[in-house]
Amino acid sequence: MSLAPSFSDGAPAVLPARGGLRGHLSDAFWHRPGLLLVLMLAPPVLWLGVVYLGALFALLLQSFFSIDEFSGLISREFTLKTYGELLQPTNLDIIVRTVVMAALVTIASVFVAFPIAYYAARYARGKWKALFYLGIMLPLWSSYLVKIYAWKLILAKEGILGWLLAKLHLTWLLDAWLSLPVVGGNSLSVSFTGTFIVFVYVWLPFMILPIQASLERVAGNLVEASADLGASPGQTFRNVLFPLALPGIVAGSIFTFSLTLGDYIIPQIVGTSRLFIGQAVYAHQGTAGNIPLAAAFTVVPIIVMGVYLWMAKRMGAFDAL
Amino acid sequence: MRSDRDASAPLGLKIAAALGMLFLHLPLLLIFVYAFTTEEKSYQWPPPGLTTQWLGVAWNRPDVWAALALSVKVAAISTAIAVVLGTLCAAAVSRSKFFGREAISLLVILPIALPGIITGISLRSAFNLMDIPFSTWTIVLGHATFCVVVVYNNAVARFRRTSGSMIEASYDLGADGFQTFRHVVLPNIGTALLAGGMLAFALSFGEVIVTTFTAGQQQTLPIWMLEELVRPRQRPVTNVVAMVVVLVTLLPILAAYYLTRDGDQVAGSGK
Repeated sequence: MSLAPSFSDGAPAVLPARGGLRGHLSDAFWHRPGLLLVLMLAPPVLWLGVVYLGALFALLLQSFFSIDEFSGLISREFTLKTYGELLQPTNLDIIVRTVVMAALVTIASVFVAFPIAYYAARYARGKWKALFYLGIMLPLWSSYLVKIYAWKLILAKEGILGWLLAKLHLTWLLDAWLSLPVVGGNSLSVSFTGTFIVFVYVWLPFMILPIQASLERVAGNLVEASADLGASPGQTFRNVLFPLALPGIVAGSIFTFSLTLGDYIIPQIVGTSRLFIGQAVYAHQGTAGNIPLAAAFTVVPIIVMGVYLWMAKRMGAFDAL
Repeated sequence: MRSDRDASAPLGLKIAAALGMLFLHLPLLLIFVYAFTTEEKSYQWPPPGLTTQWLGVAWNRPDVWAALALSVKVAAISTAIAVVLGTLCAAAVSRSKFFGREAISLLVILPIALPGIITGISLRSAFNLMDIPFSTWTIVLGHATFCVVVVYNNAVARFRRTSGSMIEASYDLGADGFQTFRHVVLPNIGTALLAGGMLAFALSFGEVIVTTFTAGQQQTLPIWMLEELVRPRQRPVTNVVAMVVVLVTLLPILAAYYLTRDGDQVAGSGK
């Protein structure tokens, strides 16, 4: 390259421009960082903006269409009729059922996740720390469907749980529970209890990680100070640890709540015939071909999550993500 | 700093944490036992006998191979797209502050923060409106969208730890932007990208919710499993396939862990 800067005759204060297309480009990026920034951002923003936001917009648009009851065709005229259908008792039932399930799953996840997160954050060291980390990561990343399948095996009438309870002579307890209304059913794998357990299992790692992250940020001397000032371990937990872990809990609950709201496969495989929002969406867009109603149904979790996120932000949950 | 008094946990906490970990792991271990059971019709426990014949049966099933091939193809293409897009986005966000930076992070995270069914049906209705027929590419479109965040998270965390002075030093020594990227930036972020890519692969390989909306009649391996779960035809083969899916996703996760373990623990931030 004959145009390459020469240093032998005293380095110039400003180097001459580089030659070739590559050199010009490189110089242009150096002189105008904004250009490089735009070039770097363009592909991901275009992809997400067009593919994702575009699709989301298309969906919202369709929720304002309606389906013609006689022809079954979608009429592309702006109307709020489809949203009105959401308020029919059957549809309202679905919404309430889903939101209640999401809330219960979230609360249960906190109780199961907290000890794991607490131990991993404050007591696990070295090898154990790595083990805990992997132990939370592996179930988090392994296939969602396989996890559900595993529970189908466990909860089946002839499965391992029934076997274990029979060995412990506790079958009567299971039968008593299954005979209860709402939560019961023919077997655990076709009851709301089963749905609930699987939901908790599948989303649990999403609750553990933020709680662990928030607990790791609690300085150890705060706990000591609390003890030095005469607080019992229980008081320290209530007044020091728990408030500091709360943003993590809220952050985790965003995942468990949102994921439960939108899921349609778990209640379909382990559950009763009564629908959840996700199943309703799937049914309406599929065989029924009623995309407007399906779209209107999806707006429900979006709004619920919007409100939830807004409240979470006010509680400082985003710092714990 | 923590004091030595923390060295031992209360017994109750130990038990609760141990039970929680068992709850997380026993179900997955069970998959491995069921892959070898001789029972064909039900999920009977304990298995009446153990056999390896179902591995052979599954091996000779063309539909399983076709589904596996499609899954691998989709996961590979989606991962490649996600690595490029995620890295670009992470580089832009971490090297400069600009108007709308927060909005960009939100945009990247949104596909995974909102329930999968929303992504799925959004894409479905968009394909519908635009009369796009289902193909491998419609599946890829969905998968790449939610895989970007995984790569992005890993890359952003690594960029944060890479000091800018190394890049400046490279420029000072006369390297142009491309040489700096090739010889300084890339070696630094390489393992983070690899880790992000592997997690993206695992995520895409196991994904089912978005896929049901964007696949049409095509079957990825999870879709194949879903059909078997809804209408069981051959349980033993399903058991074997479940085991294969666990193994195929497990290895990239472990690899990703070993690639990033020296740094901050970023692999799991986000889904």
